Amino acid sequence: MENIIEIKNLTKKFKEITAVDGISFNVKKGEIFAFLGPNGAGKTTTIKMLTTLATPTSGTILINGYDPTKQQNEARASFGIVFQDPSLDDDLTAYENLDMHGMLYKVKAKDRKERIEQLLRYVELWDRRKDLVKHFSGGMKRRLEIARGFLHHPKVLFLDEPTIGLDPQTRNHIWEYLKKMNTEEGTTVFLTTHYMEEADKVCNRIAVIDHGKIIAQGTSEELKASTNTNSLEDAFLALTGSEIREETVKNQAMSGRARAWRR
Amino acid sequence: MIAIYTLWVREVKKYFRSKSRIIGSLGQPLLFLVALGFGLGPVFKAAGRGDYIQFLVPGIISMSILFLAIFSGISVIWDRQFGFLKETLVAPVPRWQIMIGRTLGGATVAILQGFVVFGISFLAGFRVVNFAGLPITFVFMAFIALIFTALGTAIASVLEDMHGFQLIMNFLVMPTFFLSGALFPLTNLPKILNAIVRVNPLSYGVDGIRATLDGASQFGLMADFWVLFGVTAILIAIGSYVFSKIQV
Repeated sequence: MENIIEIKNLTKKFKEITAVDGISFNVKKGEIFAFLGPNGAGKTTTIKMLTTLATPTSGTILINGYDPTKQQNEARASFGIVFQDPSLDDDLTAYENLDMHGMLYKVKAKDRKERIEQLLRYVELWDRRKDLVKHFSGGMKRRLEIARGFLHHPKVLFLDEPTIGLDPQTRNHIWEYLKKMNTEEGTTVFLTTHYMEEADKVCNRIAVIDHGKIIAQGTSEELKASTNTNSLEDAFLALTGSEIREETVKNQAMSGRARAWRR
Repeated sequence: MIAIYTLWVREVKKYFRSKSRIIGSLGQPLLFLVALGFGLGPVFKAAGRGDYIQFLVPGIISMSILFLAIFSGISVIWDRQFGFLKETLVAPVPRWQIMIGRTLGGATVAILQGFVVFGISFLAGFRVVNFAGLPITFVFMAFIALIFTALGTAIASVLEDMHGFQLIMNFLVMPTFFLSGALFPLTNLPKILNAIVRVNPLSYGVDGIRATLDGASQFGLMADFWVLFGVTAILIAIGSYVFSKIQV
């Protein structure tokens, strides 16, 4: 199978800290790929480099054949992203948020209208399309962001902890949306999560990052077999140890604060 | 170009939706108009300078535009904190277009606010001497709006949070307003003050508006125009550059 993402020796240094330390891995077209690791392991920094929000210190990235440091707009048009923290405009309605996204991604007016209706019905927010997003709950905002991520038919959708802080009902729905879009539209899904059970159920392949390095990759079965464990959570703990991590990178301190804003 | 339009619409829509912001940002200009206009009016007249309201209104219009423009620019910080900035930074359009869209939107809002203050000033007794000059007045209002929205955007692009906000208010916005000729005539000033006034772009905006509405220019209309044109171009260029370098 073809690779949609290729990463070679990717490194990101902040002054004294090396957040991502020479990682290499590939993501195949059409798969659901989980990028797991403890807090502060380098997941979010990696996603930022993949999505043109941060420049790598060294190493190469190809997304859909484009280098995000050089062919920024081609790379950006190839992916959608659901950030760890909310990124909607609270003072606009649900519909306006999607419409604005569609305009920025140059989706034609007629297609935009149809696609927005399709996706809003799909995430069950069509009836609330005229409400300002500031009146939405955390779960509704998350569903809206997922709809937005798929709007421009991206080749890859990045999701950074898409189900964090949500109730089990919403979490289950979100996994269903992702699986359905993955099968129906062939969108590759690249996600991070701390819910191992969910990752185990949904994902085709997994990479585990710790202290900025990839320490294991393969299918869930392969990871369990190599660590001699019965669940992905145990495999994860066997690989990364059971000590609590300090979050060292300054961006993560900020995202923690921003998360407090989410209702 | 659709990106510029999209961001412009967003700014304008949000302005009309936020009634408290419209009314709130009218408070300060009106206070200055009433307190200074009527308070210092008799002194101004006694000094043989004529009607102070006539003199002051162009300054107050400029002030309302200055404040709203800076705030619109600085809203980049809010968007950073509430996450929306990232959504625009990963969009497949050049970042300078995002910046231009935001700046045009913020400037439009600031100009609209200027019109509202302009309208209210008639209630305070302001009279336009030369109606033929009005279109040129609007050009100067637009210059002030663009300059300070771009400046606000540039500053906000390098700040991480709102901690520097008080600093900007006290060391940039307030001095820009007070040392611009918005409140007092620029004749016979102490040398240092005169020098500061002359490097302050707002002085040329106030002078241009005053010249076209009331007929008396300090620097000459052409000088006003070209200084503002140059500063606008430079600040939009700087703003686009720093905005395009944002890493989140």
